[in-house]
Amino acid sequence: MSVVVQASGLSKKFGQTAALEDISFSVNESEIFGFIGPDGAGKTTLFRIITTLLLPDSGEIKVLGLDGTRNFKELRMEIGYMPGRFSLYQDLSVEENLEFYATVFGTTIEENYYLIKDIYSHIEPFKKRLAGKLSGGMKQKLALSCALIHKPKLLVLDEPTTGVDAVSRSEFWDMLSRLREYNITVIVSTPYMDEAMRCDRIALIQNGKLLAVDTPTVVKNEFRRKLFSIRSAEKHKLIIALRSLDETISSFPFGESVHVTFKNDRLPDNLDLSLRERGISDASITETESGIEDRFLELIQTTEHQTA
Amino acid sequence: MKRFLGFVKKEFRHIFRDYRTLFILFGIPVAEILIFGYAISMDIKNAGVAILDLSHDEVTEKLSGKILSSGFFKKSADLLSYDEIDQVLKKGKTKAVIVFEEGFGKRLIREGKASLSIIADGSEPNTATLVTNYTTAIVNDFNIEIAGSALNNALKIVPEVRMFYNPELKSYSMFVPGVITLILILVSALMTSVTITREKEFGTMEVLLVSPLKPVQIILGKVTPYFILSFINVLVILAMSWLVFGLPVKGSIILLLAESMLYILMSLSLGILISTVSSTMQQAIFISLVGLMLPTILLSGFIFPIENMPKVYDYLSLIMPPRYFITIIKGIMIKGTGLLYIWKETFVLILMTTVFIGISVRKFKVRLE
Amino acid sequence: MKEKVIEVENLVKRFGHFTANDRLSFDVYEGEIFGFLGANGAGKTTAIRILSGLSSPTSGKVKVAGFDAGTQAEMIKRNIGYMCQKFSLYEDLTVRENIALYGGIYGLSRSEITERTAQLLDRLRFREYENKLISDLPLGLKQKLSFAVAVLHEPRIVFLDEPTGGVDPITRRQFWEMIYETAERGITIFVTTHYMDEAEYCDRISIMNDGRIVALDTPSNLKKQYNVSSVEEVFIKIARPGVG
Repeated sequence: MSVVVQASGLSKKFGQTAALEDISFSVNESEIFGFIGPDGAGKTTLFRIITTLLLPDSGEIKVLGLDGTRNFKELRMEIGYMPGRFSLYQDLSVEENLEFYATVFGTTIEENYYLIKDIYSHIEPFKKRLAGKLSGGMKQKLALSCALIHKPKLLVLDEPTTGVDAVSRSEFWDMLSRLREYNITVIVSTPYMDEAMRCDRIALIQNGKLLAVDTPTVVKNEFRRKLFSIRSAEKHKLIIALRSLDETISSFPFGESVHVTFKNDRLPDNLDLSLRERGISDASITETESGIEDRFLELIQTTEHQTA
Repeated sequence: MKRFLGFVKKEFRHIFRDYRTLFILFGIPVAEILIFGYAISMDIKNAGVAILDLSHDEVTEKLSGKILSSGFFKKSADLLSYDEIDQVLKKGKTKAVIVFEEGFGKRLIREGKASLSIIADGSEPNTATLVTNYTTAIVNDFNIEIAGSALNNALKIVPEVRMFYNPELKSYSMFVPGVITLILILVSALMTSVTITREKEFGTMEVLLVSPLKPVQIILGKVTPYFILSFINVLVILAMSWLVFGLPVKGSIILLLAESMLYILMSLSLGILISTVSSTMQQAIFISLVGLMLPTILLSGFIFPIENMPKVYDYLSLIMPPRYFITIIKGIMIKGTGLLYIWKETFVLILMTTVFIGISVRKFKVRLE
Repeated sequence: MKEKVIEVENLVKRFGHFTANDRLSFDVYEGEIFGFLGANGAGKTTAIRILSGLSSPTSGKVKVAGFDAGTQAEMIKRNIGYMCQKFSLYEDLTVRENIALYGGIYGLSRSEITERTAQLLDRLRFREYENKLISDLPLGLKQKLSFAVAVLHEPRIVFLDEPTGGVDPITRRQFWEMIYETAERGITIFVTTHYMDEAEYCDRISIMNDGRIVALDTPSNLKKQYNVSSVEEVFIKIARPGVG
């Protein structure tokens, strides 16, 4: 397995603010590598460095064995890039957009049709429609088709699932998985933790720093504490009650329940009673498995001083 | 080449799909020509003329009778002295005053030559021109008549035309060159800068940069459609000014078209330059309008004669490209001058174009910073 | 039983021959966090426009905060708050100026504005930021402030559109805690979102498909009913029947 992207010690500043600090990672051929982190974490800046649109202040990056500073022209031939806002011409039709990107990269739709067929067939019935009139999900599929039309070796997708409904998102991830068979490497970013499990490897990114890089399962399992899930109809009261206990390390709302960790990894004695004293009479407590988001929370807390 | 053509095709699609762009491209020039044209080209009929006859002899009576019975004029007043001229013109009803000098008839017979003054109100330049032209024509007609009847065929009345208020009669001869100058810089610079910044705003520029397209290809691809359309615009304006208003091009059409191409090229490179310094369409529009259109209107001599401006503005107008083009186009269209007389202006435009292109290509970034 | 703040019975909205909302019926209660879900084009936006008094129904009964959506739209607007994912704060005004501006828009008196601004700044621990421009605030703080401003006039209902999209997990939780607290005060929270893990935080959710409400229950009941482990899977099963 060869390395497609090798980055070491990347840093980038915009004025006073550090967008990226000492970022190192490597991406292997044919894998789906996900950068998971909130808006403003530095994902877009990093992607622009990978696609040679920006130069890092320091550090080194090699993409497909090429140097982004000197060999950017050769490199750009091999990259398919989909920026954060789907880069489509709103006043051109579906077909015209695809045709344009094909000609720009010196190819034709026919030549690489097999590659996009799976994706493009969803929107082909609407090929005469203007791109501006498409739904979020269809725009996303068209943008992906455009980024793929020249058969790039590396596909860089910046937040491709933002503003797209759950069904389309799920289809989108299925399509990305199928690109593996064409040896296309995919680097993707998302602020949504639940999408992490669809990647082969992930990097958690926050405030321009990587907090963890590994397979989703390993990252998830690095959460070593026992995690309890507590439910009550009165969630706000429950959180306040839990935080007032000496034994509580952390308590956060998590969907319908509250995820809690305790000192010594065990439930405090008389927890039920203590909660009852604090006005919670319907608490149901179970031990639960941690997810990526739990680990992310833990990592943020240990790397930064916490406010709340 | 295929990439480039694909790009140009895409640009044409953008243009033809946006009615606003099309309107700015063709609607505005046509509308401007019509507005300017019709506002000033009304025929004269029964225009008020005052007579100041200081001679009151047979010849003057005959000539003034001929002028007034032509159907073009109607007598608005009989004046007794020069002092009344200013007053009567200021009232507005009188468009011109015809002055027969003292002893007009006697002088004509004795010296074979007499002069008649036509003093017109130059604040309405178009009417003034028409009035003086018609009067002159009638006087010439009269000259032929008396030459035929008299034995001495050297008899001659010399009309002397004088304009009050606006001696140079700016307007009529100015509007077509002015409109071309304005429209070309507006269309070329504004449109190119907007179309490039639009790609930045929509994020498509990022993808173009990451594509194998070279910056030169992107720039040329953007500019070619506008070059073609602007050139068509010149043809349309010239054809209209000739067909609708009968304003011919006195000099060489080829030279005029070549100079127009140079000016379009200059405007386009200015547009690219604007787009490299602005990151949103709004910025580009603002810079184009405030930085180009206003100075073109105010400082190019289009509306306000440069000679009458304070020296500072005169110097300031030296850096305005439209100033040179307006001199060139006026020369060719109205005076019929050749390259010999406008090579300096042409040279300045070539120089400016080269500088703008040079700066834009250097400033056009292959990356996002 | 708690008071109903939104009552919808057989709501129909047609545009020409197209039926955007087809006989919707649901109630939302005081202090409830209600998730309103649906794929792109399912008719969510149309329904929300009606509920917020921006459009009137073709037929059916719609009461929001006790007012009729067909005839008393102005009264509805006065009793609701709104926060969309693109924060409605003015970037070039300070925190304090934004609060005062919205207070003014909703007709609060000068003394009310002063009083609530003070409360809000304390509750959010925003004292140190009060004279900073919005553009200088980090994303998470902007989000909290937008929400606080949306409920500044103590509306009966507040509409949130993808409230926690794109924020980090900590900020996200702080934001949900703020929502819980607001709901506890009796303000109804009406959430629309594409993100199903956001839906997991709601008390009850409804899922729209093709102009109709096809599911309405608590997240856990729906998961049980469809025998899956996440709302996302419920959603996909409903929106794409036959597949998966």
